[in-house]
Formats: sequence, structure tokens, C-alpha cells
Amino acid sequence: MTLLLIEQILNGLQYGMMLFLMAAGLTLVFGVMGLINLAHGSLYMLGAFVCAAVAGFTGSFWLGLVASLIASAAAGAVIEVAVIRRLYARDHLDQVLATFALILVFSEGCRWVFGSSPLFLTVPAVLSGAVTFPGGLQYPLFRLVIIFVGLAVAGGLFWLIGGTRLGVRIRAGEADRGMIAALGVDISRLYTIVFALGAALAGIAGALVGTLQSVQVGMGEPVLILAFVVIVIGGIGSIKGALIGALLVGMTDTMGRFLLPMGFAQIMDPAAARGVGSALASILIYLLMAVVLVVRPQGLFGART
Amino acid sequence: MNITRETVVNSAVLALLVLVPVVAQLRGDPFTITLATKVAIFALAGVGLNLALGFGGLISFGHAAFFGIGGYVTGILASHAANYEPLFDGAFTVNGTQQMLLIWPIAIVVAGLFAVVIGALSLRTSGVFFIMLTLAFSQMIYYFAVSWPSYGGEDGLSFYTRNQFPELNMFDPLNYFWVCFTLLILAVGLSAMITRSRFGLALGGARQNPQRMASIGIRPFWLSLTIFVISAMMTALAGSLYADLNRFVSPAMLNWHMSGEIMVFVILGGNRRLLGPVAGAGLYILAEHLLGQFSDYWQFFLGLVLLAVVLFAPGGVIGILTRRRGDV
Repeated sequence: MTLLLIEQILNGLQYGMMLFLMAAGLTLVFGVMGLINLAHGSLYMLGAFVCAAVAGFTGSFWLGLVASLIASAAAGAVIEVAVIRRLYARDHLDQVLATFALILVFSEGCRWVFGSSPLFLTVPAVLSGAVTFPGGLQYPLFRLVIIFVGLAVAGGLFWLIGGTRLGVRIRAGEADRGMIAALGVDISRLYTIVFALGAALAGIAGALVGTLQSVQVGMGEPVLILAFVVIVIGGIGSIKGALIGALLVGMTDTMGRFLLPMGFAQIMDPAAARGVGSALASILIYLLMAVVLVVRPQGLFGART
Repeated sequence: MNITRETVVNSAVLALLVLVPVVAQLRGDPFTITLATKVAIFALAGVGLNLALGFGGLISFGHAAFFGIGGYVTGILASHAANYEPLFDGAFTVNGTQQMLLIWPIAIVVAGLFAVVIGALSLRTSGVFFIMLTLAFSQMIYYFAVSWPSYGGEDGLSFYTRNQFPELNMFDPLNYFWVCFTLLILAVGLSAMITRSRFGLALGGARQNPQRMASIGIRPFWLSLTIFVISAMMTALAGSLYADLNRFVSPAMLNWHMSGEIMVFVILGGNRRLLGPVAGAGLYILAEHLLGQFSDYWQFFLGLVLLAVVLFAPGGVIGILTRRRGDV
């Protein structure tokens, strides 16, 4: 029982880290450019498809990973220049619609190029297998790697935002776009860089998750909505908020699915308990978000109102 | 009454929507009648959303919830009636029903109750948070429908006969089209009445400048909540009709993609135009049908068209058609 619980906690952590990779890009783009980007999930999907296709072609997961990173960053830069740039001055409704249109284009485009049947990615031999913890718990190495990649990206982002010149500019752009443009920073190039950075993070997340589940059209959408839940809970524009929010959502979802059916089994018959428990578990994170927003409308770490 | 270009365009849109199924009937083509019925139903959902989105300025990204609730109320009532199982059997008995005239008000009231709760909570926020909260609530209902096994869960719920309307054979596609079309016209009329009323004017004020409304003693919250609920009820009626059209409800009706599509109907036709959603839904179904014939990947092109409309023609189709020379 304890082992199972620890395993579920690790699963929640891994899920949370994957969500963080998605949410980090989303929150940066929203915080800096004030843009709601529904197409973020498409970049995640693109990353997974490119990784699976390249890995299938060359036989190397690592080449696939690099290719997915490049492809999603490039796709991000292209759509920023072609479409997204025209949306900064528009209201949220136009942003929602235009990026919804991008989802249609990306999803059907992927189906066109890669076919309708799902692709599969295998974990490279070095990272497959399980790690045995003291106490006897066995846990897949690859999931641990995802947790560490998430932590590394979080560290890297904190350093980037807090400790580099680019980070200073990004923060300045968040605070007052007119002022930093007046100070001579090329704001549109800065925006393209931020957007491509967010896209690359989404692409990595897609490639990593592609090894855990099948790679198919539409895989980005559930994750996208969860990533939105994460940044709304954490506070829009805050990397720290995205990290805390992602862990909170990952844990709540995983533990809810694990504990609720067991809890209900104490008071009703097992079949009904499974139904009620899983129904309730699936809405738990949305309840969490609603509660956070009603109590603290700007999110846990949000500065703006 | 002065005749503006918008009046002309509106009349043309409605005339087209009536003509297509009538001609199809004469040519013995029930498929086209069903397509036109679908347009009328989607248009009704859009007219509902347009009240909140266009006239109220409330960007609801969760109207699929109300569309789906309308559908599920219909499906649940009809399947209970078909199986002679009471809905509730205790101190008193509640039976299902197959009468549209009973189903509609129940669907509308149930969705309205949901809308009161969702609206009251979501309206505590604004901007992007409002969009996300409405989305979150609709996803909540979606996942609930997926994982709740009693009414089909993920597989959805079929009911085998279309529900009944007094004195009319609902299996005749043209009759069913007339029912849907009449409801659409009533909804459009109601929208026109609402937007021209004192309430509608105050609502427009609240959309453009909430502080100013508050300063003259009108609380924007109540205006917004009222229009949100009315909007949800119309969309729920459309959901009920849609369920009856297909004799099937599934969680897909609740999915956020549906919310996006209803939004697309409104914007494609023209936001805040009375008949915008009708033109938008018509174009959408037409595009689905025509593009679908020449490519399996029609959504790819639909996406490009939509992108072009949002970027370059914010007024939608009716906006383009009614634009005078020299207007920008």
C-alpha cells in the first residue's frame, strides 16, 4: 500500500513536470505578449510527430528529440511572424479564434503528412527498464528522467528570466512594452524569440510524452486545456506559478484518480464506487481551478488583476 | 422602417435557408433537407451565443456545456420514456417523455440553472480568466459525462425514435426543418427585442464602459448574468433539437471543440449582427460539405479561411456584404 502510494506520488510528479513544460511556454507568451495561444497544444503534437517520424526513420530517439526541438521552435517562429504578430493588438476573442483556426490547420496538416494511424515511440535502451528504490519500489527510469528534465528546465528558466540579459528584457517587456522599445530593444525580435522558446518547450514535452502514449492527432488538446488550468491557478505570467500550479494539478489529478475510488469503496459497493470515484476524479482539477479563481482571481502567484 | 443594406442581406440569408430545403423536397433529396436543418439548429446555438458574446461582450468559451446539457436532457427523457423506466421512483414518480413541447422547457430550465451557477462564479472575473473559467466549467461537465456510466459514458446515448410534436409527423424531414426554423426565427426575434429594450441598451453600455454604467447606478454584474443565462437557454434549445435530429447524444456535444465551433458560427457570419450566426452556420456547413467532397482534410482549408476572416475581415460575411464603399 505504501509502495503503491509512493509510486502514485512519483506519477503525479512526472505528470506535473510534463504539464510544467507546456505551461511555462504558455505563461511566458501570455505574460510578455498578452496573447492567448490555443495553438500551443499543436506545437506539442508537432514535437511528438516529428520525434516519432525521425526516430522511426533513423532509429535514434536522440536524433528525433533534437529534430522535434528544432521543428517546434521553427514552427513557433514561423507562425509568430506570419500570424501571431498581427494578434497582439487585437482583443482576446480574435486571439482565441485565430489560434483555434491554427489548431485546425495543424491537426489536419499533421494528419495529411503523417497519416491517420497513431505512431509509436520506443524509449531508448539506455533509459528503459526500471530503477529499484531502497524499500523495494520499482519505478520506470524514463518517468524519472522526465521529472529531472522538468526540474532542469525549471532551473534553466529561472536562470534565464532572473539572471540573463534576455531575461531582463523579457521582464521589461512584460512591464512596459513601449518603454523598452523606446530604449532601443528590438521588441518584435524579442517576441519571436520568446514564442519560439515556448514552442520548443512544448515540442520537448510532446516528444517525451510520445514515448509514454501513442502519438496521434488531437493529443495536444487535453494537455493544452490542462496547461491553461495550470497557468490560471499559478497566476498568468509567472514561471514560479506555472511550476507550483503544474505540480498541484499533476498531484491532484493523479491522487484523485487513485484515492477517490478507494475512498468511495468504503461506503458503497465497488462497481458504483469506481464510477462515482472516477467521475469525480476527472473533474477535480477543474474544481480546484474554480475554487482558486473564486477565492483569488489573479491566481496564486499572479501580479496582474 | 428604413431599409438598410443589412436588412437586404438578412432577408437574402433567410430566403436562402428556406428555399434550399423546399427545392430539395421537390427534388426528393432528404439529405439536403437534413443539412438545412443542421444549419438552422447550429444557427440557433449561435444566436444564443451571440447574445452573450456579441451583445454582452462576454467571451464564453463554454457554450458547448449548454448545448450538450440540452442534448442530454432530451436523450435522457426520451430513453427513459422509450424503456418505460421512471426517472425517479420514490414518494412520487417522475417519468420520461417523448413530447418535444415538454422536453424543450425542461432542457431550457436545466441549462438555465447551470448557467446561473456557472455565470455567477465566472463573472467574478473578467478578460482571459472569464474565458478560462467558462472553459473549465464546460470541461468539468464534459469529463463528468465521459466517466459517468449510466447514460452511455464515452459511447453516448442513442434513442431510436424521434420525439413527438402535436399534429405533425416529425419523421418527415421537411416538417422537422420547419419546427427548427420557426424556433430559430423566434430566437432571432427575441434577440432583436432584447437588444432594443432598455435592458439591451444598458447591456451595451456595460459592454463598452462598465465603470460608467456603475456610476449611473446600474450594476453590470446583473446585466451580464441575465444575458449569460438567456444565451445559455437558447443554446440548450438548439442542443435539444440537435439531439433529436441525430437521435443520439454523446460527450462530443459537450467538448470544447463544440464551443469553438459555435463561436466560429458567430464570428464567420459577423459578431453582433442579428443574423450573423445564421450566415455563419450556413457557410460552415456548406464549407464542410463542399470542401469535404474534394479533400478529406477539409478542416485544413477551413482553418485557413477562418484565419483569413479573423485577420482581415473582422466584421464577418455580413460585415463584408453590408460595408459601404469608403468604409474601413
